[in-house]
Amino acid sequence: MTARLHRPPGRTVAHLMLWCWALLLASGLQVAAAQAPGDTHHAEQVAQLATAGFGEKERIVDALLEARHPQTRMLLAAFLDGRLASRKSDGKVFITEDADDGVALVDPVDASAAGTAKSSALRKIGTNNRLRKKLKGAIALFDLDDADAGVRLAAVDEMLRELDATTVSALRTRLGVEDSARVRRALEVGLALADLSSPDAEVRLAAVGTLEGELGTAVYNRLKTLERDEPDARVRDAALSGLRHIDQWRRFYGGVETLFFGLSLGSVLVLAAIGLAITFGVMGVINMAHGELMMIGAYTAYVMQLLLPQHTTLAVLLAVPAAFLVSGLVGVGIERGIVRFLYGRPLETLLATFGLSLILQQAVRSIFSPLNRSVATPEFMSGSWQINEVFSLTWNRLYIVIFALLVFALLQLVLNKTSLGLKVRAVSQNREMARALGVRSARVDAMTFGLGAGVAGVAGVALSQLTNVGPNLGQSYIVDSFMVVVFGGVGNLWGTLIGGMSLGVVNKLLEPWSGAVMAKILVLVFLILFIQRRPRGLFPHKGRAAEGH
Amino acid sequence: MAIVKLRPHLAGLLTGVALGAASFAVQAADTIKVGVLHSLSGTMAISETTLKDTVLMMVDEQNKKGGLLGKKLEAVVVDPASNWPLFAEKARELLAKDKVDVVFGCWTSVSRKSVLPVFEELNGLLFYPVQYEGEESSKNVFYTGAAPNQQAIPAVDYLMNDLEVERWVLAGTDYVYPRTTNKILEAYLKAKGVAADDIMINYTPFGHSDWQSIVSDIKKFGSAGKKTAVVSTINGDANVPFYKELANQQISAEDIPVVAFSVGEEELAGLDTGPLVGHLAAWNYFMSIDTPANEAAIANWHAFIKNDERTFNDPMEATVIGFNLWAKAVEKAKTTEVDKVSDAIIGLEVPNLTGGTAKMLANHHLTKPVFIGEIRDDGQLDVVWQTEGEVPGDAWSDFLDGSKDIEADWVTLKCGNYNTKTKKCSGQNY
Repeated sequence: MTARLHRPPGRTVAHLMLWCWALLLASGLQVAAAQAPGDTHHAEQVAQLATAGFGEKERIVDALLEARHPQTRMLLAAFLDGRLASRKSDGKVFITEDADDGVALVDPVDASAAGTAKSSALRKIGTNNRLRKKLKGAIALFDLDDADAGVRLAAVDEMLRELDATTVSALRTRLGVEDSARVRRALEVGLALADLSSPDAEVRLAAVGTLEGELGTAVYNRLKTLERDEPDARVRDAALSGLRHIDQWRRFYGGVETLFFGLSLGSVLVLAAIGLAITFGVMGVINMAHGELMMIGAYTAYVMQLLLPQHTTLAVLLAVPAAFLVSGLVGVGIERGIVRFLYGRPLETLLATFGLSLILQQAVRSIFSPLNRSVATPEFMSGSWQINEVFSLTWNRLYIVIFALLVFALLQLVLNKTSLGLKVRAVSQNREMARALGVRSARVDAMTFGLGAGVAGVAGVALSQLTNVGPNLGQSYIVDSFMVVVFGGVGNLWGTLIGGMSLGVVNKLLEPWSGAVMAKILVLVFLILFIQRRPRGLFPHKGRAAEGH
Repeated sequence: MAIVKLRPHLAGLLTGVALGAASFAVQAADTIKVGVLHSLSGTMAISETTLKDTVLMMVDEQNKKGGLLGKKLEAVVVDPASNWPLFAEKARELLAKDKVDVVFGCWTSVSRKSVLPVFEELNGLLFYPVQYEGEESSKNVFYTGAAPNQQAIPAVDYLMNDLEVERWVLAGTDYVYPRTTNKILEAYLKAKGVAADDIMINYTPFGHSDWQSIVSDIKKFGSAGKKTAVVSTINGDANVPFYKELANQQISAEDIPVVAFSVGEEELAGLDTGPLVGHLAAWNYFMSIDTPANEAAIANWHAFIKNDERTFNDPMEATVIGFNLWAKAVEKAKTTEVDKVSDAIIGLEVPNLTGGTAKMLANHHLTKPVFIGEIRDDGQLDVVWQTEGEVPGDAWSDFLDGSKDIEADWVTLKCGNYNTKTKKCSGQNY
């Protein structure tokens, strides 16, 4: 967790100080006398940051912490975020903020605006992992007294990673004045963890008691060492029972997590396959360019982001209908231009669409370059939903599961409740009869193919949030898509949903045990055996296509 | 697969070298032919196209300096289309039909293995510019990328000594380079006293995109109270979803750093770098290293490719070094004959772009500096650690049974795999 930047309370203090300074100046006093002695020390340390090595920077952070200048938190937060820079011309250190014309500079000593500069005129003051860890710990010390309980809680969690004398005494002081129950609990856990190292067995026993019910990693590891090294039998037993309790919950949540992973992999498979379920399943066209239709959808998301660079969320949301249209139109084009001449000749369709898929890939390489393109993830889809200490769900996966179900439901609606759906089903069941009843089958074919292609484009937008957007995006999903459709039963959307989800779950159940490569192979073998027993998949379709016409 | 020939285009390029009529007078027999064997289409095009351009830039520069031995250089570009058997066919075409004097090419180990018999049969000369798994030294190949002891081993040393890592995840894509590298690393870690329980090895298919379970396993593995790091030999495309998943499961670089051997500036240019900040990469070159030679090389590259946004990376530097060494060897040997150039090149030195010199050793590998960089949000890397001076490349790993007794020496032993125990050259050419 990166510590969020809050307007430091020091800012108002700084303004006050500025005023005092101005007043003092006006009254004719010497400038040097007006500056607080802390200011000079602070300024000296900050100036040194410009040229310091990483070891030196750590020492400076310590010195800054020691002095506790009002601007220290702001400075450290900027340092952590990579917003500290030195001006190339004079080596002066500034906090930078993005502005319309280059970079706005803020003085690190009195937090006053210090003009703007071009980013090329500044040299960023870098951090490394060690330093960032130190900075997070240092900022947590400040945040312990923040007005927001959430910030305080995050600060305590950060401090629990590494307890030493300073942090323990800070936690103890805070516990005295803390009023939020959640933060109090976190503080108690922290202090109990520290108490586990106490020489007094009674204190240790009490500490283990306090930790009961906690599931966190820090607690678990501490109990584990206690169970091994503890001389007192009572404390050891208490630790052991605590460990058992955690293990139990970990196993339970581990199972839930695997299930979720399976469903989320399954929903990606469903998204990739559902368009194919229409073109291959309902129309019986083997479309090898299906993957490339997804790729086009993903590139639509990329182009959308180029058009709306400042609005990541909006760009992704708009990309969904846009990708449906673009891929859908390409699909109609493919049907009108190629596929319709090859109905009833599956091998030729296969070869023609395979060739088309290569052409589309190379076209994308020529237009967008062979390099992968990045599609940024909107804020609401990053990170994870921390349900408890041992269980969390990642937002992007959760949204994609929901999205897959939504697409499925919409498609069901279209096929079952609209006149287009009725015609599609009619043509797929008996083309001659449908034509006899006045359905323009050629038009329906084009629309159906377009619908399948459009859905593939929508799947591409979802994939752009999970993986690379590149010319090869489609290739990696085409085999999986056919697999799901064949397994689920050709011509049946429910089959695709259940088939995709179960293949996902089976894959994820196998993966920890057999490894990712082997899991894929086992699933394929299972599928081949299954098709031997039930050649028409899970839910065989009863219609013209299924009669082997 | 489409096979694109770019020669007409190149001829145009050569005439543009501003030497006027002279270049028209030059006939095929009077030019030195430089073969370029990099994929320009298919999956590897993403990485290899840049190396093709790098060779063209070097040829162009050499011609501006007046060529070599009074002759102009002429690049012959073929496209093996990321198709391994096609690499062998194209290599044969370059050597037998086009009669090139030297070839710069290949990226993946499997493509190198596929052209190796061709180069040995027709006595060609190949400069291979990519970091690889070692365990090879051919008479006809010069390896200008890193051997495992010039990338993987120093990276592990850094993690062990500077970051005090005690638990190790070796994650890789399932093919020859990660498998061999991880075998070497596992042996090395065990030799350093790491328990088998503290090493987790994981392989995934090419282009793997569902990292949920694996990242969750890494998280569990890393929460046992010991500092944990991931050593990643994950290849190209699979990296983006991997780092995204790490970020989403809130594993930060401070908790579990990932050090990658296949993620460089070029790969980073195509990603949203947010989730990657602070993770590490080990290379022998970084674009961000501030030296006059590096600055000049980047400026040249930008001028040549006519795009200031393009990155410069490690295999490109290896290509530049390889080309300079070859040119120097040709001048020293006063001929482009393969055997004479091969003899002349051993012991030659050219400057690295990042300082120090690259020296061609008797085992056909180079001396190289090793850098560890932390990924920045702008896709560049900050050096956080580097070796003192250059590390000589070791063709045969000292940490693998069956390979530690083998030595490659093309000067005194005249053998690429001499067994010091049995005192025999195995007879194989590689």
